[in-house]
Amino acid sequence: MPGPFQYGIWSLCTLLEAAVVVCAITKDSFRRYLALNIYMLASIFVSMVRFRILFTYGFASPEYGYFYYYSDLLLTIGLYCALMSLYAHVFEEMGAEQYVRLGALLLLLGTAAFSFAIVMQNSSRITGRFVVEVSQNLFFVGLVLTYVLWGAMLKLRETRTRLIQLVLAVGLYFSVFAASYALRNLYPGLHNIWPYLTPVSGCVLPLAWAYAFWRIPDDARLAPSRLAMVPR
Amino acid sequence: MMAAFILVCSVVTLLQFFVWYCRSLIAASAKEALSPEVRDVTGIARAASGEDFTRVMQLLQLCPERPEDRGSIQAVGTYFGLLNFLRATLARMVPSMRAWTDSERGQCAYFAAVALERRIAFSRGMLAQQMES
Repeated sequence: MPGPFQYGIWSLCTLLEAAVVVCAITKDSFRRYLALNIYMLASIFVSMVRFRILFTYGFASPEYGYFYYYSDLLLTIGLYCALMSLYAHVFEEMGAEQYVRLGALLLLLGTAAFSFAIVMQNSSRITGRFVVEVSQNLFFVGLVLTYVLWGAMLKLRETRTRLIQLVLAVGLYFSVFAASYALRNLYPGLHNIWPYLTPVSGCVLPLAWAYAFWRIPDDARLAPSRLAMVPR
Repeated sequence: MMAAFILVCSVVTLLQFFVWYCRSLIAASAKEALSPEVRDVTGIARAASGEDFTRVMQLLQLCPERPEDRGSIQAVGTYFGLLNFLRATLARMVPSMRAWTDSERGQCAYFAAVALERRIAFSRGMLAQQMES
């Protein structure tokens, strides 16, 4: 059963997600970053349903476990779509949005098929392990895609500060969760740290997005060369 | 094998994204000019140096906190710690890295001074509101 710390972080994370949507509406950016805001609204909805299932069935119940992992998987796919919308923002002037969408869909299906193939070879209980495996792989694919997007932004000399911070926050989030799932796969015995690590990591994205919407004006610009580690 | 590969790649990219993110926060505040009184209080006459960071952070803690900048200040504080670690280890062997870490630490101090400026303005705003009511 989660303790006061987990409940506190859970509530904080949900509040931060709501703050992202409120900040985006206040700063007139809700429609411009629609996919990001829909993802945040979906996260809030999932948090509330998880809370309800937790209190109805209990923490150790299979209902909670299945809902937790399957909703997590669906949210990861949602974040993947949000990332694609960031791709569309970066490439909007090149008119390459439909190719981006097609590529993303193919990659998503490919990741699911790859994960399913791995689990089919290794386990008799397919569904439970499939969810963990596909989550780990999706986080990693998301991480690679964010890295590629960031590389493209540097190459295209993207200057929109808010877009830069939104993308970098997604990169941080995918990195933390891909590492966390991989660590969970490698060391299943470390189950004592997950109740602390996962919720704290989950606050990274809404915190950074809320900051980007609240503090950074839509027309703020910055030279991408300032971000390169080796001065250009 | 796959999980180990993902773990190593994720940790490396996590570090990179963290550094880029902090640099984007610092770059966004670098355009803001400091008022003469904040320059006086912090002792930053021209360019900020890494040695100013701790003092500016202590001054920051004296001001009422603004919830919206807490996360970014903590992120830059962690970045400053990372730079100190690099300065004490790798930069001893690579002189160019020492110059880079010194410049980065100075920019962290400037970021903290800009945050201090905002907090002072925030405190003044609150005080003015209280006086009016």
